[in-house]
Amino acid sequence: MSTDLVVLALLMMAVTYPSRALPLLAPGIERLPPRALLYLRLVGPAVLASIAATQTLVRTDSDGVRSIVPTVDILGVVLCLVVVAWRRNLFLGLVAGVALVAVLRFAGVG
Amino acid sequence: MGFGFVFGLAARNAGYSAVEAMAMSVFAFAGAAQFAAVGYVSAGLPWLPILVLTFFLNARHLLYSASLAPGLRHVPFLQRAAMAHVLTDEAFALAATHFHRLGRVDVPGYWIGAVLGVFIPWNLATLAGVALGGSIPEPSRFGLDIVFPAAMAGLAVGLMTGRREVVAAAFGAVIGVGASIVLGPGVGIVVGGLVGPLLGMAMPDGRGHVEPDSDVTGMPVDLDTAMADVADLP
Repeated sequence: MSTDLVVLALLMMAVTYPSRALPLLAPGIERLPPRALLYLRLVGPAVLASIAATQTLVRTDSDGVRSIVPTVDILGVVLCLVVVAWRRNLFLGLVAGVALVAVLRFAGVG
Repeated sequence: MGFGFVFGLAARNAGYSAVEAMAMSVFAFAGAAQFAAVGYVSAGLPWLPILVLTFFLNARHLLYSASLAPGLRHVPFLQRAAMAHVLTDEAFALAATHFHRLGRVDVPGYWIGAVLGVFIPWNLATLAGVALGGSIPEPSRFGLDIVFPAAMAGLAVGLMTGRREVVAAAFGAVIGVGASIVLGPGVGIVVGGLVGPLLGMAMPDGRGHVEPDSDVTGMPVDLDTAMADVADLP
C-alpha cells in the first residue's frame, strides 16, 4: 500500500497550520491591512473556480497540445453549480451532477 | 458527512491508498484543499502548486483564529496549539454560536463541537468513501470522475457572498483556463486563483445576505455573524 502522499498531507498541514494557529498563539500577529484581508477573502472562490474550470474544460492531446474540449462533464458541473446555488446543499449538487453524467454515458453520449 | 464520503470516493478513484486518503483528512483536514490535491495528484502535477493553493485556500482561517484568540488567552499554550488544528469553518461557527449562547468562552464546548461535531464525522465519512471507492470498477462509467471539478465549482458557489466574490471567481475561471492552455494547468490554476481576486477587489462592494458554506460539510454557516458575536464576549 502506497504511503507517498502521507508526506504531501503533512506538508499541506504545515502550510495550513499557521493560518489556524498564529493568532491563537501570538495574538496581534493577524492585524493585516484591510486590502490584504479582502484579498484573502476573494482568493477562495477564485482558486476554486480556476480549478473547476480548468479541470472541466482543458484537455491535453497525445501530442501534448492543450485546448478547450467540450464534454458531458461540463453539463454535470453546471448542474451541480445550479443545484448548489438553488438549494445551498453541496452534497445534493454533487449527486445531481454525477447522476446526470452517468445517465448520459449510459445513453452513449460522451 | 456526505461530503467527506465523496472525498473518500474521489481520493480512492484518483489512486490514493486508504492510508493516504485518511492522512489527508487527519492531517490537512481542509475539504477544499483536500479536493484540490486529489485533482492535482491524479493529473500528475507537482506538489508545489498544491501547497501554494492550500496556503491561500486556508488563509481565511486566520480570521477565525483571530476572532477566538482574545477569549482563549487563558488556555494553556499547548492546548491552544492543539485547538488550532481542528479549527475549520464549521468548528468556528459552532464554537462562536455556543460561546454567544452561553455569554462566555467554553473550552470543553469548543472541543466537543470541533472534534465530535466535525473532525470525527469527517474522518469516518472519508473512511467509508475510501472503503466503497475501492470496490467500484470503472468509476467513470458512473460519472464519479466529475466529483472533483463539480465539488470545486460547488464550493466556489458556496463562498460567493457578494459581487466581488462572483467577479473574482469568474475571472479566476477565465484566466485559469487561458493560462492553463498556454502555460499548463499547474501554473494556470495558480495564476487564475491569484489574479482573479485583484479584479474582484476593483469592484464596488455589493455584499448580499448569503452565508458562506463550510468547506468541510458543504452546508451554509453564518460566519460573519459568528465573528461579530464572538468579538463581543467578555
